[in-house]
Amino acid sequence: MKKNVLGLFTAVVLAGAVQAETVFVTLEKDNALAVVDPIAGKLIKTVEIGQRPRGIAISPDNKFLYVAVSDDNTIKIIDTETLKETGKLPSGEDPETFALNPAGDRLYVSNEDDSLVTVIDIKHKKAVKQIKVGVEPEGIIVSPDNLWVASASETTNMVHWIDTKTNAIVENTLVDPRPRALGFTADSQQLWVTSEMAGTLMILDVKTKQIVKTIKFDVQGVTADKIQPVGVVIDKDRKRGYVALGPANRVAVINAQTFEVEKYLLVGQRVWNLAFSPDQKRLYTTNGTSNDISLIDLETQTVTKSIGVGTYPWGVAVKP
Amino acid sequence: MRSINLSLRITIRFLFIIHLLSVSVVYAEAKQTINIAYLTQDRKVPPPLSNLDAFIKDKGVLGVQLAVDDNNTTGQFTGQQFVLKKFIVPLDGNVVDTFNKGIGDQYSYVVVNLPAEQIKSVADLPAAKNKLLFDVATVDDALRNEQCRNNVLHLLPNRAMRADALAQYMMKKRWNKWFLVIGVTEEDRLFADALRRSAKRFGMKIVEEKNWEHTYDARRTAQSDVAVFTQVDDYDVLVVADEQGQFGEYLEYRTWNARPVIGTQGLVAVAWHRTHEQWGAVQIQNRFKEQAGRWMEEQDYAAYLAVRAIGEAATRTKSNDINRLKDYMLSDAFALQGYKGNPLSFRSWDGQLRQPVLLAAPRSSVAVAPIEGFLHPKTELDTLGYDQPESTCKWSK
Repeated sequence: MKKNVLGLFTAVVLAGAVQAETVFVTLEKDNALAVVDPIAGKLIKTVEIGQRPRGIAISPDNKFLYVAVSDDNTIKIIDTETLKETGKLPSGEDPETFALNPAGDRLYVSNEDDSLVTVIDIKHKKAVKQIKVGVEPEGIIVSPDNLWVASASETTNMVHWIDTKTNAIVENTLVDPRPRALGFTADSQQLWVTSEMAGTLMILDVKTKQIVKTIKFDVQGVTADKIQPVGVVIDKDRKRGYVALGPANRVAVINAQTFEVEKYLLVGQRVWNLAFSPDQKRLYTTNGTSNDISLIDLETQTVTKSIGVGTYPWGVAVKP
Repeated sequence: MRSINLSLRITIRFLFIIHLLSVSVVYAEAKQTINIAYLTQDRKVPPPLSNLDAFIKDKGVLGVQLAVDDNNTTGQFTGQQFVLKKFIVPLDGNVVDTFNKGIGDQYSYVVVNLPAEQIKSVADLPAAKNKLLFDVATVDDALRNEQCRNNVLHLLPNRAMRADALAQYMMKKRWNKWFLVIGVTEEDRLFADALRRSAKRFGMKIVEEKNWEHTYDARRTAQSDVAVFTQVDDYDVLVVADEQGQFGEYLEYRTWNARPVIGTQGLVAVAWHRTHEQWGAVQIQNRFKEQAGRWMEEQDYAAYLAVRAIGEAATRTKSNDINRLKDYMLSDAFALQGYKGNPLSFRSWDGQLRQPVLLAAPRSSVAVAPIEGFLHPKTELDTLGYDQPESTCKWSK
């Protein structure tokens, strides 16, 4: 009895010490969504979600998840409590990546096969605009100050700067081949862009829309062509940025002030996408071919856990 | 009167909508035009070897078309316009005449879908001197070596690259003892040469070599000839050189001993294959199929890459000048996205496009060469084909 009380007490203390959070992972080949308790290191459950789920985002109020179910040609709205579908958004064909604006009322979808970006009014569940961009648009993001939508086209090798007020492209920046993912700094001053083919990260100045720095990744013992940078995130204090290096199976840690690569952390295989915990003390990675997610403790800069989730984990979103 | 008013109003509204649409895209003003010619000759339809695969007459041209569209999508943001003109010489026509008259000095970039002999005669014309020709059809090793021309770039992997890709895979599988079966055509003989070179390079043993001299009749061949023909000393794998596919398809499942078939049939080494889906390949497979109504063939892929290479060089150099574009294409900075993982580039010693080679079975993608573990000091892609020290091409720029 005494032992049980102690156990309960420990559990309560632990729960208090580490904010409980839930990690949602789309499983491209399982047609499902994995729900993970990262602190316990456990897969809580797997929910069927539709054909080939990939891009995922959470609403600012944490009530809804948006999940691109590519082969169903729609973006589903999922209640984060019940995990039930509450609606669908008209995403256009084969949605993969999309971005939510800070207010959570607009969603911008890359339509890869049609060279378009579709703007969706979430409240009315309506597509309000289609913007012509380069060939095979992929990475897309809205700046935290809500002034810009940046869209990268993989075959045109450009970042298109879309003005959120007019939904029109006002400028284009030529970048390294096959740009994949984009990340704004919290102050909306910089845009970080990864190039899968060149193995680089480019830092763009938002004011001039020019590349101010190009960082070439180089991992000892890994051939250059395996280094294929994909997902990128930057912490809110702009101290460090993190880049997933795909089949190099590593996450690069970059000093966001000096732009030096501080470290390469070994994670699972073919690491794709990244997400911070709400307190930014941890980083979660989806590892496409090892079917797990890695948990990186950012205070110690070490990989502390890997949690099996299902086949082809693609996108990740975190709910506090 | 009423109806006129109505239609006028509709027109005005329509114009207004057009206006709305046009302001939504900011196009750069087209300042530069890049003219591209596509040159090919009609081919005689060969006798059908099988009813399964229809003869495709337009291999290549649809790849060029797709790439021009892609280039122009980019061009709308950079102020460059890519214009394609197709020169399709009839069966009894003269390619050299067409080149001299039609292409003349109007086109600097010519995508050439012709056999090796015709490429040589076209490349040597005075009119071709300051042009860049993109060979999207040949796999000829000699054309990349002693017969190379410094105004020709080659988009498809040559026989040596394909043979090396197969050899690497066989080495990995420890299929060290080969039974080489060679068809009767000159091309088959050349591919057999490439296979012998690869066997030597990777320490494989050709334990038996035979020329196919039997009939090409499916029923007879499959039933009796193959079983008798393949009664040879023990081997690990049957390697076949039959580029036209006259008998190779009948070997599988009919050999005396149970052995896999690899080469021009069975497991094949190709630049592109319908089973290929990795590295964004699904996207281009879909885009191509939607436009063409059929799968993308090797020549389509090569032609697509040729025009994309021109586009990539024009975008990066912001130029349409042949010398600047050629220099850029042959420089280390050039990196072409080809949906095969590694960036593609041209070998500076012979103009061959450096690229991964796909190893595919009819309905499944088996491996991508270079196979893991085959190392090279510069790029592992150069473990396939003629590396700089081996090349006999004397390219003078």
